[in-house]
Amino acid sequence: MKRPARGKSALMALTLVLAGVMGSLAFAAEQAVDANGQLVDRGLQTRFERITQELRCLVCQNESIADSNADLAVDLRRQVREMLVGGKSDDAIFDFMTDRYGEFVRFNPPLEPKTLLIWGAPFIMLLLGGAIIYRVVRQRARMPLDDEPAAEPKEPV
Amino acid sequence: MWKFLLPFAAFVALVVLFAFGLNPNRDIHALPSPLIGKPAPAFTLTDVLDPSRPVGNAALNGQVYVLNVWATWCVPCREEHEALLEISRQHVVPIIGLNWKDQRERAKQWLEQLGNPYQAVAFDGDGRTAIEWGVYGAPETYLVDGQGRVIYKYISPMTQQVWDREFLPRIAAARRGGA
Repeated sequence: MKRPARGKSALMALTLVLAGVMGSLAFAAEQAVDANGQLVDRGLQTRFERITQELRCLVCQNESIADSNADLAVDLRRQVREMLVGGKSDDAIFDFMTDRYGEFVRFNPPLEPKTLLIWGAPFIMLLLGGAIIYRVVRQRARMPLDDEPAAEPKEPV
Repeated sequence: MWKFLLPFAAFVALVVLFAFGLNPNRDIHALPSPLIGKPAPAFTLTDVLDPSRPVGNAALNGQVYVLNVWATWCVPCREEHEALLEISRQHVVPIIGLNWKDQRERAKQWLEQLGNPYQAVAFDGDGRTAIEWGVYGAPETYLVDGQGRVIYKYISPMTQQVWDREFLPRIAAARRGGA
């Protein structure tokens, strides 16, 4: 083998290795995505869809970041995708979002002392309604019956 | 007794609810920032005007400063620009710009034509730093104290009145506390 050739090929190899490293760094997240923008790993894609459905787009506020076309939603989807590819757990991703955007970012807030009222409200309403019905029914039960049950119902006045 | 007390209690509850809910001064889209009281997210970006010049908030440690998030596509940012220029002339604290998801050239033009109220303007083209700060719209203005903690966030165009009412007292308090 000729010396100059060896030097050249070594340089080539180094360049290739460098290009490979740079490429794998730059495209790590993109490689994980197919032509339709879906994550190649189906399990990750399922988690991606569920997580983005549960995160509120703060620009439109009543849309999830999965449904919104707002610029911020695009950025936040990218963030979620990268975190999933990076091996982050669902909880870590939700924590990341609530640390920055507050509890409001979650459509499905966790049960905590401060969210107790939100989660408890339906049961409080149920108890309240039950109590009212109970009172009404008991009051009616205590009302005196007509003297002659067989008598024809009277016309209301 | 209950027959009168209950409706009266319900009435009072509704008055309180409506006083809060229908208050015209309340911005229903403004959200409290979970960042208040927490360390300001560190960033190192490049300057809009000079891509070779790094802009970061580490250099500002120990100083009270303001971070103003803006973009040329943001109409209310144009609206607040005059106020920012005026505030910067008063030299109370350094104002750092965060140019959010913008084009460098346009941002440069904007500053050259309208004036530059910023000590430095960080270029956040892909919006990653904005996510760290919990930015969800522009303009947004953050106040950071001498310990590097975010102490206030104002969402909406800045005005001199807002500055005098919301920022100056907090800056004074931060300086007293930090001294």
